[in-house]
Amino acid sequence: MLHIVVCVKQVPDSREIRIDPKTNTLIRQGVPAIANFYDMHGLEEALRIKDEKGAVITVVCMGPPPAEKSLKECISLGADRAVLVTDRGFAGADTLATSYVLGLTIQKVAAEFGPVDIVFCGKQTLDGDTGQVGPGIACRLDLEQLTYVQKVEKIDQEARRITVHRHLEDGVEVVETAMPVLITALKEMNKVRRAPLPGMIRAAKFKPVIWTTQDFPGLERAKIGLKGSPTIVSKTWVPEQRHVDTEMIAADTPQATAGLLVDKLWQTELPQRFGWANGSEV
Amino acid sequence: MEKFDAVVVGAGPAGAAAAMTMARAGLSVVLLERGEFPGAKNLFGGVLYRRQLEDILPDEWQNAPVERQIIEQNLWIMGKDAVTKLGHRNEAFKSPNCWTGMRVKFDQWFAERAVAAGALPVYETVATELIREGGKVVGVRTDREHGDLYADVVVIADGVNSLLGKALGVHQEWQPDQVSLAVKEQIFLPKEKILDRFNLEGDEGATIEFVGETSGGMTGLGFLYTNKESISLGIGVMVSDLKRTRVKPYQLLEQAKQHPAIRRLIQGGETKEYAGHLIPEGGLKAVPQLSGDGWVICGDAAQLVNFVHREGTNLAMTSGRYAGETIIAAKQKGDYSRAALSHYDRQVAASFIRKDLKKYQGLHGLLNEIDPKLLFSQLPKAVNEAAFEMLNVDGRTKAEKQRFAINHIKETAGGTWDLLKLGWKGWRAING
Repeated sequence: MLHIVVCVKQVPDSREIRIDPKTNTLIRQGVPAIANFYDMHGLEEALRIKDEKGAVITVVCMGPPPAEKSLKECISLGADRAVLVTDRGFAGADTLATSYVLGLTIQKVAAEFGPVDIVFCGKQTLDGDTGQVGPGIACRLDLEQLTYVQKVEKIDQEARRITVHRHLEDGVEVVETAMPVLITALKEMNKVRRAPLPGMIRAAKFKPVIWTTQDFPGLERAKIGLKGSPTIVSKTWVPEQRHVDTEMIAADTPQATAGLLVDKLWQTELPQRFGWANGSEV
Repeated sequence: MEKFDAVVVGAGPAGAAAAMTMARAGLSVVLLERGEFPGAKNLFGGVLYRRQLEDILPDEWQNAPVERQIIEQNLWIMGKDAVTKLGHRNEAFKSPNCWTGMRVKFDQWFAERAVAAGALPVYETVATELIREGGKVVGVRTDREHGDLYADVVVIADGVNSLLGKALGVHQEWQPDQVSLAVKEQIFLPKEKILDRFNLEGDEGATIEFVGETSGGMTGLGFLYTNKESISLGIGVMVSDLKRTRVKPYQLLEQAKQHPAIRRLIQGGETKEYAGHLIPEGGLKAVPQLSGDGWVICGDAAQLVNFVHREGTNLAMTSGRYAGETIIAAKQKGDYSRAALSHYDRQVAASFIRKDLKKYQGLHGLLNEIDPKLLFSQLPKAVNEAAFEMLNVDGRTKAEKQRFAINHIKETAGGTWDLLKLGWKGWRAING
């Protein structure tokens, strides 16, 4: 059976985030914590694979003890087991240190619960916004790296191959590769389900597996926590708003409005730039 | 199908108290809550009482997230631009007697105690109906997939609008003259300003309830509570009066904020939250049968609110605790029938809950019988005018002034006889 690992981070609810004007860091106190929603799209995709083909889903999370709440949410939705990696020693980690610890965690998950076929991460987190942890884990574990995935098209368990759609700036890239893979999920991938009642009950009773620094024999202390995090926030500022000319186009009928829009577009540099033919079909 | 000893619907003070009591005794309990977390759907700001909290959490009540301990309580009789004040301040209230508190924080903490005791929290889940077999309640249906939940007893603690109470038929669709609509603002002010304006130190707090011309001739009560760094200012008016006058409650609140005695207390404050909530005001008559085969009902859902003393959370907690204790005893006997669970009805009846409600049972009738304009507008106005006359030095003799003051109030009430009758009825109503 497929073994899927989903990485989840508990983040402050972005709808209620404030920034400390002195330190330029997020004020986390008093802000409700939620599971990073990109991660939840990864979990949902894992659940769909489980529903269709059968799979075992292990959720992993690095964070302080209250992050148990997000793991319970994953359990309520249908994940099979959850591991919380928590220790003061891990605190203050940047993306480098985080991907190091999550890499070790996934190795340990594979060693204890069986080889891993797919790892899901969110495209990025709501609080850090870097999008670096997923690729960081893939590098450390030497997994095929599939970022910005909007659709998992096919999984061939016998051939151990997977086909996904990657959303790029100028189109969609369909990629087929060999498992194990690491996928970073976009929110367009799926709609996250609502937990069924038995899932809620199971979650209410659930206690995640807890791993601390003591549980990783080969752990290099210099690579974790604040010490293992070379990132320095030297300055933050609010970017200036770019001025963009906008114009509201409206005519009596939708057809006339569209005609007006086309006329306006022809007067810009766009036809030349993209080589639009001045044909009669326009 | 997994079956629980009890499922509690609603994680407010009543439901959490019931869940806590049962979970401590080792019963398997599911605590359902429709909000994202307990308290999320509840009105912020209010008064919490120590005694009933201590009864249920003897070792932990000191950790409750509260705002200020109330050492001074006031009743203000409001004229248009005047106020006559009555108040009591006492260092002995530092025992403490009661606090102002934020329901959003308090309810969350209180329900957390139930979870710590072993109750299983299931939030963001609405119990839509009761599952019945024969005449017996055997569980609840929720709005989630595979959402049926079976239990020996269902504890109905789903608040003033109790969906399940209505489904059961014990909770009538509320009548406009049995509920009030309270609207409330949370106005932020620096701590120092609050201490100065209300003559307080440290975590001391004060409350003001106000009646009179601020309710626009309707049956209503205004209130102002001091929190740590904010003031809760609100006004509650009977829904039947709002219907009749077509006044919007927030208009009343806006007017109250302009009253010279209130305006200066909240000056410079920033309103950050606004909320409205229904409050059961039916009194004892509206309290239904509290138990049946496989169910009990607690707190606001059972209309257990002492509206004269604005006590609600403590009645909720105590009723929840009694319900829990009854269910524990029922489990020992393996009997969840009405006969076994009616022990809860009797416990409530023997307690301060029913006795306090009984004391004021006539008030509801009185308020219906007398024109609210007289009680809530004309008399307060006359009282203020009389007070002004007594204190204003204008050359008339004190005896003249006293005569005027007494006659003025008398005439407003419709003569000596009517004033005496009103006084007698009022006394009867609050000592029923």
